Amino acid sequence: IVLRGCELRNTKSAIGVAVYTGKETKAMLNNSEIIYLSIFLVTLCTVVCISHGVWLIKHKDELDLIQFYRKKDYSGSEVENYEYYGWGMEIFFVFLMSVIVFQVMIPISLYISMELVRVGQAYFMIQDDRMFDEATNSRFQCRALNINEDLGQIKYVFSDKTGTLTENKMEFQCASIGGVDYDNGKASSEDGGIEYSSAQVDGVTLRPKMSVKVDIELLNLSKTKDTDEGKHIRDFFLALATCNTIVPLTIESSDPAVKLIEYQGESPDEQALVYAAASYGFMLIERTSGHIVVDIQGERQRFNVLGMHEFDSDRKRMSVILGFPDNTVKLYVKGADTSMFNVLNNSSNTNNNIIKPTQAHLHSYSSKGLRTLVIAARELTLSEFQHWQSSYESANNALMGRSNLLRKIAVNIENNLGLLGASGIEDKLQEGVPEAIESLRMAGIKVWVLTGDKQETAVSIGYSSKLLTNEMTRIVINNNSKDSCKRSLEDALGVCKKVKNGVSGAVNSQLALIIDGSSLVYVLDTELEEQLFELASKCDVVLCCRVAPLQKAGIVALIKKRTDDMTLAIGDGANDVSMIQRADVGIGISGQEGRQAVMASDFAMGQFRFLVPLLLVHGHWNYQRMSYMILYNFYRNAVFVLILFWYVLFTGFTLTTAITDWSSMLYSIIYTSLPTIVVGILDKDLSRATLLKHPQLYGAGQRNESYNGKLFWVTIFDTLWQSIAVFFVPLVAYWASNVDGSSLGDLWTIAVVVLVNLHLAMDLFRWYWITHAAIWGSIIATFVCVMVIDALPFLPGYCKIFVQYYRPNDIQIAREAEKFEDSRVSRQVQIEMTRFRDPLTQLV
Amino acid sequence: MEMDGRSSSSAVIEADSVSLQQSRRSKFIHQFTQQSLPACKPVLSPPFVISVFFVVGLIFIPIGIVALHASRSVVEIVYRYDGECVPEPYRSNKLAYIKDDSISKNCSKSLKIPKHMKAPIYIYYQLDNYYQNHRRYVKSRNDKQLLHGLKYHDASSCHPEDANHGHPIVPCGLIAWSLFNDTYSFSRGVVDLKVNRKNIAWKSDREHKFGKQVYPVNFQNGTLIGGANLDPNIPLSDQEDLIVWMRTSALPTFRKLYGRIEEDLDADDVISVNLFNNYNTYSFSGSKKLVLSTSTWLGGHNDFLGIAYISIGTSLIFIAFVFLLLHVNNPRPYGDTSNLSWNWKPISS
Repeated sequence: IVLRGCELRNTKSAIGVAVYTGKETKAMLNNSEIIYLSIFLVTLCTVVCISHGVWLIKHKDELDLIQFYRKKDYSGSEVENYEYYGWGMEIFFVFLMSVIVFQVMIPISLYISMELVRVGQAYFMIQDDRMFDEATNSRFQCRALNINEDLGQIKYVFSDKTGTLTENKMEFQCASIGGVDYDNGKASSEDGGIEYSSAQVDGVTLRPKMSVKVDIELLNLSKTKDTDEGKHIRDFFLALATCNTIVPLTIESSDPAVKLIEYQGESPDEQALVYAAASYGFMLIERTSGHIVVDIQGERQRFNVLGMHEFDSDRKRMSVILGFPDNTVKLYVKGADTSMFNVLNNSSNTNNNIIKPTQAHLHSYSSKGLRTLVIAARELTLSEFQHWQSSYESANNALMGRSNLLRKIAVNIENNLGLLGASGIEDKLQEGVPEAIESLRMAGIKVWVLTGDKQETAVSIGYSSKLLTNEMTRIVINNNSKDSCKRSLEDALGVCKKVKNGVSGAVNSQLALIIDGSSLVYVLDTELEEQLFELASKCDVVLCCRVAPLQKAGIVALIKKRTDDMTLAIGDGANDVSMIQRADVGIGISGQEGRQAVMASDFAMGQFRFLVPLLLVHGHWNYQRMSYMILYNFYRNAVFVLILFWYVLFTGFTLTTAITDWSSMLYSIIYTSLPTIVVGILDKDLSRATLLKHPQLYGAGQRNESYNGKLFWVTIFDTLWQSIAVFFVPLVAYWASNVDGSSLGDLWTIAVVVLVNLHLAMDLFRWYWITHAAIWGSIIATFVCVMVIDALPFLPGYCKIFVQYYRPNDIQIAREAEKFEDSRVSRQVQIEMTRFRDPLTQLV
Repeated sequence: MEMDGRSSSSAVIEADSVSLQQSRRSKFIHQFTQQSLPACKPVLSPPFVISVFFVVGLIFIPIGIVALHASRSVVEIVYRYDGECVPEPYRSNKLAYIKDDSISKNCSKSLKIPKHMKAPIYIYYQLDNYYQNHRRYVKSRNDKQLLHGLKYHDASSCHPEDANHGHPIVPCGLIAWSLFNDTYSFSRGVVDLKVNRKNIAWKSDREHKFGKQVYPVNFQNGTLIGGANLDPNIPLSDQEDLIVWMRTSALPTFRKLYGRIEEDLDADDVISVNLFNNYNTYSFSGSKKLVLSTSTWLGGHNDFLGIAYISIGTSLIFIAFVFLLLHVNNPRPYGDTSNLSWNWKPISS
């Protein structure tokens, strides 16, 4: 499928296939009410045509000459039947005619007004200043118009992590070097760093592309070469600058004398570390396979890269062996804390002195949500180095199992390390993300984070974004085979039950499921899916890490297949496209990772936190407005049709309409449409502040409270009774009087219009002057239209204008007044009843 | 100098007012786009609703009483004659009676006036079970012909009463063809009561719907006579019986104005009605009634209005009382956030 916004180029012809048509269209997927209405319509028509048949048969003998039927035609030479084809055909014709007369029942106008309302709602969402991203200067975008109201019913949010929850900007935050915590949050200044964070090469100043906030204390210390502390720090930064796989690129800048260095590499963490090192004056300038050039505080040094052990997920560390200009050889290792502390040298005293405080610092870093790395180093003796070199070369040349051999060698050499320190890198969360997630969770929305990152990262982000809390019971599933997957799923379900039954402590303990991509391989598309779904639906938080883009879609499908709940996927990158397309509502973050996500999405916005106003405020409003509008449309059309129907019962079942054809046509166009649309766009049941204060109010949409089968039938019942009131009160009042068809029809028309508009007025939550104008304007417009229709000689009907001046029609004025009053009052009664029922049910 | 000063100051004022207007407009647009326009948010609180019910109920009951009184003050005499006016030997076969032109359709009846009837006294005929709103019937007319006469040739909607032996009929159609043709005359003692049969149709109909230059042509000349004939020398706009009849009734039981008696009738007066029972309602068991009625500001005799007002009014007051009791016995603190469902759920569980 070619996404919207894509361009086809270099092609002469394209073959298109229409998808999502027929039964798969939105209208058909959403149409149980339409079917009910059709049944209702067919029932009405059947009643009419059967009654007509009965009437015909009963009056069979009279029809020939009866004045108002006159079957026989005497005008020709022979007596023949005039427009009479046997009672069977007559019934059939009546059926067809009744379909035409009652077709107002199927609200075609509803779709038009729904579209208009959606455009209006989209307009307000786009215009909302609270969803305006100042950083990128971009407004909210509505790319799909037909799912506004789904925003009010979301139950699952699937979120990408990188670029969605986080800004995808790693930033070096703090370091613990030699057991001392240098938290540059304390005294940071960018100015201090600038003079050193540039280097002269051939008269051109090189400067890293991004500068990092610098701790002046640390910077000053790093300049002192004599003290132990200074050495330590220099070693640390040298490790940061060298122990990586970053490739520096020089790019031109606007100033020809200054060139910028951009560091490119696989891992954003490494980038952040190298930028940090550069800011402290350890600027990586050149890297080839054989050597590295580092500008150390203005002084160029060249190191030979003797060997490198790349990162792998078992060791969870990488190392580099450098030959120094003074012919010493040093090993620098960088890795996750869990793997690093095992390979440190525990025997030396200094090392032990450092380890303890470093561990404490690491703990505090990670609880802040920082990504931590531990850096260690060791000077290699010549013999050690030679031993390593020979085995390294032979391993490199091995044909079979090279990576295993290399790993073994790496493990051998990476031991007895002296701890240099640890770094804390902030994967910067977007503004307001923790609060947003908190609100979403309070609103009863389940937030699932699907990320391609590794588990540790995902978990730490989970903590920093308040997705995970310390009170939660964590269920972790990491498996490499189907059987073990099955087992751990069963175990997890057991734990789940225990926790929910309150066996293991607190009543409110929540569950968090953490599952990785390799386990998902065995779960998705197998019979284990069912178990995972069961488990996941019990958990409050689900974190999926190391998932492939297609798995993201698979997880969304897992939920969509099994529930009717609305799902929302939010992401920013190309890897989220499949997920965004699969979910009911797809949201693209117009961030840094290209435009694919936005292209595939239904809505696009600048920041994750806009999800809160979007769902809790606009979603709630849209849902409430749209569902009210649909119900009201059914109501208003049904009242009208029922009045036509009741009248048919008094015309020998022949589908005479007292209400003129013009009025029937204008009914849903002029008389009643504008208030509906205005209400659909403008009405608010609760203010923005209230909705944000009580996110739980969002539950109304999730539970389908504003639009469900029960409400639908209540509305239909309401319709029945109101139409009976409006129809029969004038009927009884005018029974056996000299009222003519069109007068009574006009009375009914006006009565219906006033009734439905007043009904709308009473259901309104907020009266803007626009609403006033629409409602009262419609009623006035109706009066005018009815008069014009009757006054124009070429339109069917008679001069209604004179009705009021003519004597017997005093009744009419009184009747109108009376009927409006009584239908309105009856409406009030109903509202009041429901209002009083609420507290009672709550108390029970 | 002065000129300059004035013009510049006025320019300043203009600019001020423009910027004021602009700022006002931009403020409005901002409020509009942020959906924060000032609004009135009525909440139906129990005291408000109860008082509305009381007030509306209290308004309705007097209206109902007045309406009922007005309706009751109308004196109405209804006389059904379709059965009585058939001579005894034909009672079993009324159809034969009505079809037989040789039998006199004359019929007399004495009516006693129960109460003083104030002029004008309206004379109606009432037909039951007569579907003047039948689709087939309603469509069988041609408004253009009624207004413009034979200039309009297309009278297909009038079929089968559009032409007779090749000549068009004016007025065409079933409605005109079936024009009611019973006639009534009244006398008190030996003195005839004058019946005014002018101005019984709507003025607008006479002036705008029926042509002043249109005369009946070829009317009731067919094999089958449906009802009254029309004087071919009187234009349609003056044929008020036709105009009244052509304004088809909304309901199968209806009255049509026949004329007015412009004298008071005293209580216990006996008037004799002399009528010609020409119209055939026997073929479909419809009934015919003669109605004499006075009128009030509310129209004719109809208790329904008054009763409806009174009953709705009383039920409103009753409901208001019930609500009041409910509200007093079981008040719910209004707008108490501790009642929100998620605030009390944990307690119950």
